[in-house]
Amino acid sequence: MSSTAKTITELGAALRDGSTTPRALLDETLAHLERSDKDLNAYLTVTRELAELQADAAAQLLEQHPESASPLCGIPMALKDVLCVDGIETTAASRILRGFKPPYTGTAVQRLFDAGAVCVGKTNCDEFAMGSSTENSAFGPVANPWDIERVPGGSSGGSAATVAAGTVPYSLGSDTGGSIRQPAALTGTVGFKPTYGRVSRYGLIAFASSLDQIGPFTRSVEDCALVYAAIAGHDPLDSTSDPRAVDDPLASLHDGVAGMRLGIPREYLGEGTEPGVRSAVETAFKVLEAQGATLQEVSLPSTDVALSVYYVIAPAECSSNLARYDGVRYGVRVDRPSLTDMYLQTRGAGFGAEVKRRIMLGTYALSSGYYDAYYRQAQKVRTLVSEEFDAVFQQVDAIVCPTSPTVAFTMGSRDDPLSMYMCDVVTLPANLAGVPGISVPCGNVDGLPVGLQVIAPRFADSRVFRVAHAYEQATDWHIARSPFATEAA
Amino acid sequence: MTLSRDDVDHVAALARLGLSDEEKGRLLGELEKILGHIARLQQVDTSMLAETAQVGDLVNVMRADEPGPTLGTEAALRNAPAADGSHFIVGAIQGNELDS
Repeated sequence: MSSTAKTITELGAALRDGSTTPRALLDETLAHLERSDKDLNAYLTVTRELAELQADAAAQLLEQHPESASPLCGIPMALKDVLCVDGIETTAASRILRGFKPPYTGTAVQRLFDAGAVCVGKTNCDEFAMGSSTENSAFGPVANPWDIERVPGGSSGGSAATVAAGTVPYSLGSDTGGSIRQPAALTGTVGFKPTYGRVSRYGLIAFASSLDQIGPFTRSVEDCALVYAAIAGHDPLDSTSDPRAVDDPLASLHDGVAGMRLGIPREYLGEGTEPGVRSAVETAFKVLEAQGATLQEVSLPSTDVALSVYYVIAPAECSSNLARYDGVRYGVRVDRPSLTDMYLQTRGAGFGAEVKRRIMLGTYALSSGYYDAYYRQAQKVRTLVSEEFDAVFQQVDAIVCPTSPTVAFTMGSRDDPLSMYMCDVVTLPANLAGVPGISVPCGNVDGLPVGLQVIAPRFADSRVFRVAHAYEQATDWHIARSPFATEAA
Repeated sequence: MTLSRDDVDHVAALARLGLSDEEKGRLLGELEKILGHIARLQQVDTSMLAETAQVGDLVNVMRADEPGPTLGTEAALRNAPAADGSHFIVGAIQGNELDS
């Protein structure tokens, strides 16, 4: 196995004992990226120049302040192309933003850069993060490193695939209805969606502002906690960013699950769950039980209707957020003499089919005569979904369940929008309730990874890591590597 | 759930989305199907429920009213498809009513 398939912790140790340098690590990473991306299409932009500058700065920092340098210093990483970086093309995988170079860097990204991160590129995703397979990118689909005929999940498919391929030890994605956790499950990586408000959304291209959160993909739960700790915390530039202090997720990481009460929502193992997925997560439940946790069945009765709530609220917010792409201030313009024609033609030519579908759905749900029946009603049922989580967390400390009802599916096999929406049925309720959730590898069905999801109450992010870590350390699934990661570098 | 072609035209105009006839035809079928699925929302009794717009408990977050650094004109115009150094340039605004 090459050094490019290691964890942040392992690479950090290698940087400190002198067995490698940030520049050597970067060269190896870029070489791996170049080879693997011919098959994967995980990257939209490779930021070699930026990475070289950052690697040299990191080397200096490690040499001068080896004790105080962040664990992320000198470690290569990648960013989903919905995260703004000053002067680096950021497209959200949309034709409408082709050539857009943000005039500023988002907060979460800046915090990583300040810690000495080395950014090798911007990753491919579903256009404006809308999708569950990364097939909606305007720049071609991403392949799953475990089987390149299959999707890596989505919308953060490129960020998931590049970690699964062994190119970088971590990446950032965004999760609005499962867009970090579901691709993590489908690629055998660890993916975390923080509590809403924990990570600043400043510099994240908005899809649905009341649901969006930025979070990491990694190869271990410890790494995931490390990256989360680096990006979490209050930011005055995001008015929904929570001012409460963030507790250190590493402090309780090793505390185990003995004495913990874990709930299995019966609705999350419904008839859509593939037998292989069911069997893998049921085995995972036994592992947690053997670690001293008490497992019990719980109920989230509105799970089924939560999908409908989501597909009103997310499109409604998207239709509003995407109104800004009008060919005036940035992005592509289709020139027409009249302003209205320019808007119509620019947006008609610039957006892809799924984005148009959601703008139409959201505009309809917000339009006069339908607002009460759709949008207001969805907001009320959202309250119900949220209250059901509160009630369950009166009975148990955390929820354990599958991340995705299925393993990675074949590209092109879900051409019906509704069947694609079903992919997120067990991830999107966490976004509606604002609670944190992680996906950790828990099995393999015919060569395809399965993910175990852990969900905890709002602001109990550390508990999510603690449960996931206890499970991970008792099993070997996180050590398994995709064919791309086991090939010689 | 029945949707008419006029509904699609109306919503597309509201959203300022220029769509081809073929796209409108396809969207009509797709939206009908999705709205049909979403219709189960109407069966939930929400008479006792308040609306959730966002899950955070923060209200009216304001910053201090003090001047600070902002994006300069040059940076703000850098990505514009058409600009003259101090303004964004757009076509004539008059005579642009959409009949919807």
